[in-house]
Amino acid sequence: MSIKERLSGNEAVAYAIKQINPDVMPAFPITPSTEIPQLVANYIANGQIDTEFIPVESEHSAMSAAIGASAAGARALTATSSCGMALMWELLYVAASNRLPIALALVNRALTGPININCDHSDSMGAKDAGWIQIYAENNQEVYDNFLQAFRISEHKDVMLPIMVCQDGFITSHALANIELVEDERVKAFVGEYQPENFLLNEQMPMAVGPYAVSNYYMESHRAQVEAMENAKQVILDVAAEFEKISGRKYGFFESYRLDDADYAVVIIGSAAGTTKDAVDELREEGIKAGLLKLRVFRPFPADEIAEALKGKKAVAILDRSETFSTQGGPLTSEVCAALYKRGVNVRAFSYIYGLGGRDYTVEDAKEVYYTVKKATESGEQLSEPVYIGLRSREDD
Amino acid sequence: MSVNAYNFKETMNKPERLAPGHRMCAGCGGTIAVRSVLRALHEGDKAVIGNATGCLEVSTFMYPYTAYEDSFIHNAFENAGATISGVETAYNVLKRKGKIEGTYKFITFGGDGGTYDIGLQSLSGAMERNHDFVYVCYDNGAYMNTGVQRSSATPMYADTTTTPVGTKSVGKMQNRKDLASIIADHDVPYVAQTTLLGNFKDIYTKSEKAIYTEGACFLNVMAPCPRGWKYPTEDIMEICRLGVETCYWPLFEVDHGKWILNYEPKKKLPIEDFLRPQGRFRHLFKKGNEELIEQFQSEVDRRWEDLLFKCSRDR
Repeated sequence: MSIKERLSGNEAVAYAIKQINPDVMPAFPITPSTEIPQLVANYIANGQIDTEFIPVESEHSAMSAAIGASAAGARALTATSSCGMALMWELLYVAASNRLPIALALVNRALTGPININCDHSDSMGAKDAGWIQIYAENNQEVYDNFLQAFRISEHKDVMLPIMVCQDGFITSHALANIELVEDERVKAFVGEYQPENFLLNEQMPMAVGPYAVSNYYMESHRAQVEAMENAKQVILDVAAEFEKISGRKYGFFESYRLDDADYAVVIIGSAAGTTKDAVDELREEGIKAGLLKLRVFRPFPADEIAEALKGKKAVAILDRSETFSTQGGPLTSEVCAALYKRGVNVRAFSYIYGLGGRDYTVEDAKEVYYTVKKATESGEQLSEPVYIGLRSREDD
Repeated sequence: MSVNAYNFKETMNKPERLAPGHRMCAGCGGTIAVRSVLRALHEGDKAVIGNATGCLEVSTFMYPYTAYEDSFIHNAFENAGATISGVETAYNVLKRKGKIEGTYKFITFGGDGGTYDIGLQSLSGAMERNHDFVYVCYDNGAYMNTGVQRSSATPMYADTTTTPVGTKSVGKMQNRKDLASIIADHDVPYVAQTTLLGNFKDIYTKSEKAIYTEGACFLNVMAPCPRGWKYPTEDIMEICRLGVETCYWPLFEVDHGKWILNYEPKKKLPIEDFLRPQGRFRHLFKKGNEELIEQFQSEVDRRWEDLLFKCSRDR
């Protein structure tokens, strides 16, 4: 029987790490992910797991040491947020190109400028092109479940890519919620042992990692990463199906909420999906056919499936929690629009920005999105995009 | 740990762990340093070699060929210390869990760019955490891989591509950083300074000691670069000898906090003897620049006296 508990998102990830009992965790504290390494260090201090914790002097060294440990043949992971991930930047690419299945518990927080400890997705979205698998969660249960599935996906021999398991800073990382935990034995059997094919400490066959490879091999290595990412799609679905058997909880690339018969759809990532679901329910009461596509897997990007799910809608609003400063909206907008256009799905798409640096996003805000989109679609009116939700005006201060 | 009597012929006849066929320059001090250090690994012991980005990395592991007989990892320029921390920690866990059996040693190489400068934080962290490994800096006193730009290891008045000698410049204006002292102040078990000398006994003995001393150890090896220092390639051994005989590059160890002087020249040679053969100091010998050589000499003297003091204090 599953265990009912009440845990914050950080506690849930730490608990998943305890159950997985990985080999090496280098980490450096940064709000709001700090609790994860603290909790792991406590598990170690009390003999509950035999993971080695490396108290590195920076996030740069955290990712560097994770790369060393993973290449050596260990199951390695770290946790960080925001500027911590920015400091890892160069090494994110190194981890991916060396095909090291490192897991990163990312607690999403705004990147500095000005310094801000609250949630947005600028950290992970900035790293979207680094070659990592990215999985996002709406709530504490999902981040726990995603973390249990992480190594199964990244260590699959057809994948061998690092994986980022993302959750919204403070909103899920610090808020307590009811959660169902999977029993230790079931987790152990599900996750299994890491058995790398090639590794530095292989006594039968030494290995060299991190070559100089210029124009005659660089392109092929990137192409191989793309193929691995392509393979990851099926692996993510297979692992989810297997996870459903031990947990009863179903996962895919995204969750469709009252989407099938919807006229107006919102596409969103993370905890704001919960708020949007309440808005959808209220709008349905009002007779507006609202629906939601909550994206779980951003890398690899499930373009075919998204285009199929949005086909025939009257309009779609894409809500980004990070800026690109392209003046065309956020990264989710770009990718969804490209998916639609390339597949000939001619749905009018609106670009929204919300929740930067922890700005509130309420049920009323979500409802307003649907009203505005419906009105603009019916009247043919142009909106000034990207539309910023909850932005102060000069008169407010 | 016992250091057996040094046998030059036997040592030089050990199988090479950095195989020929790499693309380092002829007469490169860095390559000689690497081969010298690796000879100190006992036969049968396996190793994982780490490397910061630099000449050595891009010339010894060009995909799909590696010149190393042992496992090797290059990660980036500034993180060789942290990278080998991860490898060494993985070894401890996997050994404890019974997943591997053999004995491995961990040796990381970096140039002065990757060690004194961009990689200093990563190195400091790894040293303070006292991982069981050896960090070997092959110090050629500038960023040679990118074309002889100054580093914090570059000696004063050296002509480099970012401290060029010109009508308003006499080369680098600052003194070099004393990295061996900085690392010794991390309170690690063993730090030593060495170079390529005579029968290579000094570098061999120190490498063996560093590899087989438990905990974080650091070797600073003066490794001349004929292209950057501008001297005839075949003169490398003489350049190294002059570095030591002028007390520019003293040979010492800091063994569990105790400073030990390994060599005191009977007659300390004037610094001109070290500077004159090197094109990067040519301008110092122009008429009117005598004072610069005097200043260089007084800095060498100051550091030498300081070293003598530390070593006599700990005697």
